Amino acid sequence: MENNIIIDLKNISVSYDGEPILKDLSLYIRDKEFITLLGPSGCGKTTTLRIIGGFTTPDSGDVIFENKKINGVPPHKRQVNTIFQRYALFPHLNVFENIAFGLRVKKESKEEIEKTVTDMLALVNLKGFEKRNIQSLSGGQQQRVAIARALANKPRVLLLDEPLGALDLKLRKDMQNELKNIQQKLGITFIYVTHDQEEALSMSDTVVVMNNGVIQQIGTPISIYNEPKNAFVADFIGESNIIDGVMKADFKVDFSGHRFDCLDKGFAPDENVDVVVRPEDVDVVDEEKGMLKGIVTSVTFKGVHFETIVDIGGFKWMIQSTDYHEVGKRIGLYIEPDAIHIMKKSEYSGLYGDYSSFSEEFDELSDASVDMSEEE
Amino acid sequence: MKQKTSLISKLLAAPHLLWSAIFIVVPLFVVVYYAFTNADGAFTMENIYQLKDYIPTFLLSLWYGLLSTVICLIIAYPFAYFLTQFSNNSQRIMMLLVMLPMWMNLLIRTYSWMLILERNGILNKVLDIFGLASENGFLNSGSAVVLGMVYNYLPYMILPIYTIMAKLDSSVVSAAQDLGCNRLQVLRRVIFPLSLPGVVSGITMVFVPSVSTFYISQKLGGGSFLLIGDAIESQFQSANNFNLGASLSLLLMVLILISMAIMNKFADDDTGGAIV
Repeated sequence: MENNIIIDLKNISVSYDGEPILKDLSLYIRDKEFITLLGPSGCGKTTTLRIIGGFTTPDSGDVIFENKKINGVPPHKRQVNTIFQRYALFPHLNVFENIAFGLRVKKESKEEIEKTVTDMLALVNLKGFEKRNIQSLSGGQQQRVAIARALANKPRVLLLDEPLGALDLKLRKDMQNELKNIQQKLGITFIYVTHDQEEALSMSDTVVVMNNGVIQQIGTPISIYNEPKNAFVADFIGESNIIDGVMKADFKVDFSGHRFDCLDKGFAPDENVDVVVRPEDVDVVDEEKGMLKGIVTSVTFKGVHFETIVDIGGFKWMIQSTDYHEVGKRIGLYIEPDAIHIMKKSEYSGLYGDYSSFSEEFDELSDASVDMSEEE
Repeated sequence: MKQKTSLISKLLAAPHLLWSAIFIVVPLFVVVYYAFTNADGAFTMENIYQLKDYIPTFLLSLWYGLLSTVICLIIAYPFAYFLTQFSNNSQRIMMLLVMLPMWMNLLIRTYSWMLILERNGILNKVLDIFGLASENGFLNSGSAVVLGMVYNYLPYMILPIYTIMAKLDSSVVSAAQDLGCNRLQVLRRVIFPLSLPGVVSGITMVFVPSVSTFYISQKLGGGSFLLIGDAIESQFQSANNFNLGASLSLLLMVLILISMAIMNKFADDDTGGAIV
């Protein structure tokens, strides 16, 4: 990947009605990169996108586009285009005219418009839909028109604001692949906003995890998943057991009453830390062979694996394994050194990572409320 | 079950249907009956032939109706557009102010204008200070009639346009800006086409009462700018010629229907249906 920076946000702060939305946010975006802003609703990810698009002006800080400050430049003078949450297609125009809209504003020639629209329709697999009415299209088709309309302007950067939120799961997966393909084919920078961590991990070159208007971590999907910086990131991306631990020395950590070997170093002796163990990295063994011993309190079949909750000294661990262990059975856990990740204590310590209050319904409920507030 | 609900809905609709039949459909037939009969109730085309004497009155009515509709549109459209840019609270207050005069009777509002426009009226007195007073005042002129129409019917133009603009999806406007439109281009390419249904119903709601008004023209026109509404009124009230009055009404109705048909032709097919 090229290293030239196309967009540089410097110390951006924004507040609405005295309520801070972004707090001193700095972020640079490389050309031709697929970058995802990931976070729960209200974390400031959409506001960040609107600042880049020109719809929101930051209270303080600079927006740099190719080394030029563009803080006050209105949206229509920026080389970025946006795909809006609910597509925002023009209901009074047909598919062709929707895609041609930006080109007509730019007063391009008739032949040029004809050619670009045809190319764009081919790109999003909507050949033959030129004369169709917008209202007669399905959600997925409207989504494709929105993509074609934005790309017809040949933007340097495409902003995508939860573009797949309104589609059903199967269609969403297909569109994820398609968007990724389009991005690679055209070599355009994509800035993608979502609250769906799986979407972020599978599509992005770089993931930016945000919460409460602050960037929590920036990194590749693999590094974000394997080396989360704090309990918030560890909990938001995938499932995590987050346990209080004490770093006894380099490569030695105590938690749950046992000393473990690990691969982390550079902490002060006896420093309190958060220990992350992913549920899929725990091996279940006979009780007497286990480093930790506990009793199974619930089992849920998830298709690819069983999700087993184990009570170890009052702390509930989640373990994902293909073996079934019935409730009430006593089992042992074996944890390899590379399955342990040590994080410094943060403001999020103790808030996440214990599955004692965990239940399926609760998970579904909180997910649904996130969806609803995002749509408003 | 299904039959039961449909029976209930039929019963619920019955009073409305009865009302429509008695007060809309039956009177229409009465108008048609009178238009084609003489005082003795015998069939005649005499009333229709007599209409040719009223052609200038009809033309004047159409002209004034058109003029006041255009003026209303010119005032109302920018008003509604800028109103939607204000905060929700200011919008509510402004709309209340727009509607406020309508709490008063049309007659009273028109009388007030007489007091303002007459020779010794407020307007002339103020202008007199600057030596600009008009010798005869401003009453009893065609302009006064058009002014009265515009004043009285302006809210009917503002309301539908404002309602449709306020409901406009703001993300569509953002999308247009995003695709390279400045404010004016957004207005021309997106807001105006999407607000057309409101414009069409506003035009309908101003044009129809303007064309058929009689009171405004009598009071502000001083009897010298009689419109078709005045002609109809005088046939019923003073000349006692119900038959000619009915034929005049019939022609007015046909003219308005034709105007509406032309209007809806201009509007989109799907929006036109919603208006009439």
